[in-house]
Amino acid sequence: MKFIDEYRDPLAARKLAQAIRRTATRPWTIMEVCGGQTHTIVKSGLQDLLPPEVTLVHGPGCPVCVTPLDLIDSAVAIASRPGVIFCSFGDMLRVPGSSKSLFEAKAGGADVRIVYSPLDAVTLARANPGRQVVFFAVGFETTAPANAMAVWQAAREGIENFSVLVAHVLVPPAIEAILGAPDCRVHAFLAAGHVCTVMGFAEYEPVARRYRVPIVVTGFEPVDLLEGIHMALLQLESGRAEVENQYSRAVRREGNRPAQQRIVEVFEVGPRTWRGIGEIPASGLRLREPYRRFDALARFPVAQGQVEESGECLAGLVLRGLKKPQECPAFAVRCTPERPLGAPMVSSEGACAAYYLYGRHRQ
Amino acid sequence: MRRGKVDFAGVQKEICLAYTPEAKLGDYVIVHVGFALNVVDEIEAHKIFEALRELGELEEAQDGTDDRAVPPASLDPPGGTDD
Ligand code: SF4
Repeated sequence: MKFIDEYRDPLAARKLAQAIRRTATRPWTIMEVCGGQTHTIVKSGLQDLLPPEVTLVHGPGCPVCVTPLDLIDSAVAIASRPGVIFCSFGDMLRVPGSSKSLFEAKAGGADVRIVYSPLDAVTLARANPGRQVVFFAVGFETTAPANAMAVWQAAREGIENFSVLVAHVLVPPAIEAILGAPDCRVHAFLAAGHVCTVMGFAEYEPVARRYRVPIVVTGFEPVDLLEGIHMALLQLESGRAEVENQYSRAVRREGNRPAQQRIVEVFEVGPRTWRGIGEIPASGLRLREPYRRFDALARFPVAQGQVEESGECLAGLVLRGLKKPQECPAFAVRCTPERPLGAPMVSSEGACAAYYLYGRHRQ
Repeated sequence: MRRGKVDFAGVQKEICLAYTPEAKLGDYVIVHVGFALNVVDEIEAHKIFEALRELGELEEAQDGTDDRAVPPASLDPPGGTDD
């Protein structure tokens, strides 16, 4: 497919790998933020192309992984109510809650449906006026324009049997939280290209200056990632710390203005707890006042308490790039995609699932 | 809401074009959960390959290493519903 195949070209990858080897003279640790990028890296074996000086660590950019346990429990409780049609993207279904997953709730009779787009959930609500349709609005900035549009559309058409369970997270505050931690070992970041397609990259400029860290907006194909790594290394080796844009075919500095306007109309920034990491100030989105009546948590009060994580799962360390999946004692032993102990083993974007699926545990 | 048909390597889907008012017939768009987020900039898309071509010519004159020494990049479509 055009704009995909050429970015998977082995010859181009080899040339970039050579350029990387020539550039790196000292040890550097680079974090890719997005779970989609983690999967490309592990699946294409990009780490094997890199010289020993360059270490890649995987970041928190897996929305499914960072959705707090109590919200999964709320989702299960709401989905189990009679009359509710609960809609979600597919990879949320198997994430373990404290007692069960949405998939188990579905097996127990709850009406849980996988949708491709939040607009499909609005369509379901329109078609089923006697039922309550709830959409699990999980995601980063990339998904926010779609979820904002779904709520806006429901408001405009007066579809009052639609609501959203919001678990939106924002990338720049998470990068700052990682950089601000005393144990941070990241020298440069590859920022997630599609997040920047929506938001642009002006937000990262003060972060790069304040922490003296190069941030390269990077795409998702092997050639994109290798070029992003090379650009980050050129900055590190010459002592620069700037925001650069590798993914210029899809990202402009100002981002997508119409999408941003719709997000700001429907959502406002608020504090958010990240599973495995904890609360990060101003790192999430919640519904603004005129749209609060579409908040599923307000519509369906469910008991929300402190819930304990499985003691064995190291997801918090994995999500902050402090441990690699295979360093977790449960990895591939007691924790597999069939019987996951933690969310990073479930999601298509989780680092543990990537390492398991592409056989890194057998090396 | 503006909508359009997008072809994903043979599979066609109705996609919301509200955020890409500039998109026209024949454009390549980046789609996420049913919404086009951007029209791909074809000029920018070629830059890396031009740079690599120049790099390649220099290298081949220098060493002429074996092209097959690299593990093949993946050919599956990008996975995941997010980011
Ligand atoms: S391998 Fe499983 S238990 Fe270990 S960190 Fe990953 S998800 Fe958690």
